[in-house]
Amino acid sequence: MAIEVRIPTILRTYTGGEKAVDANGATLAALIDDLEANHPGLKERLIEDKDGQGDLRRFVNVYVNDEDVRFTGGLETTLSDGDQVVVLPAVAGGSSAIAR
Amino acid sequence: MRRPDPLDVRGLVPTQVDGAAASTLVHVLRLDRTLYDAIVAHAKRDHPDEACGIVAGAEGSDVPSRHVPMVNAAGSPTFYEFDSTELLALYKQMWANDEEPVVIYHSHTATEAYPSRTDIGLANEPGAHYVLVSTREHGNSEGPVEFRSYRIVDGEVTEEPVEITDEPHQIASA
Repeated sequence: MAIEVRIPTILRTYTGGEKAVDANGATLAALIDDLEANHPGLKERLIEDKDGQGDLRRFVNVYVNDEDVRFTGGLETTLSDGDQVVVLPAVAGGSSAIAR
Repeated sequence: MRRPDPLDVRGLVPTQVDGAAASTLVHVLRLDRTLYDAIVAHAKRDHPDEACGIVAGAEGSDVPSRHVPMVNAAGSPTFYEFDSTELLALYKQMWANDEEPVVIYHSHTATEAYPSRTDIGLANEPGAHYVLVSTREHGNSEGPVEFRSYRIVDGEVTEEPVEITDEPHQIASA
């Protein structure tokens, strides 16, 4: 019973250098809570508070079976055993000073 | 074959190595001219929008070898972002090839080739050379560009020298 979560280089300080870790959860939100239990600090890097509710950070991409979760229900995206989750920070920037 | 003219390329000011800094590892970006030309051509083509892409290389080698121009999903003169689906495809391809992003580049089209606060805040590949190309002087036309490279780690920017080489990559010769 496990879902493999691919961790990007920048966040591997939370996983002891591991490129991928196993976690459990029926939804992405539950999975991230489970990740946090084993790798404290990770949740804060993935989720931010928006109007009292947790939401994925704007410049973090999460994919379930190659689908960007922004198109599949965000944190409510449902998961099943054997699903593949990938976390990738956006590659973005630019000359403007944007609001983050 | 034309010899490389180092004065062609701005941003060649070497990283200062003085007493205090001498013990610090000084990084250099070595890039062959074909890749350099391809990045500059991409930046000029997309001007006035920002162009973006990467040069992948074998994991741990620090040798940029495979140029992947990306679409700027923001389509903006002041912002760039890789399309999220293309980003995943790019990384999956690199994982399959045991590659990593050695260079991550984008252009500034009206400002200097120096990382903005946005660039610094969103820099998430501590091992990559962040290349900035400024097309502000000549836009889509022929003419020199500013081409500079940086390390961006934990919000700290360190410029590094850029060496353009004319040697092709080690190709097993018969």
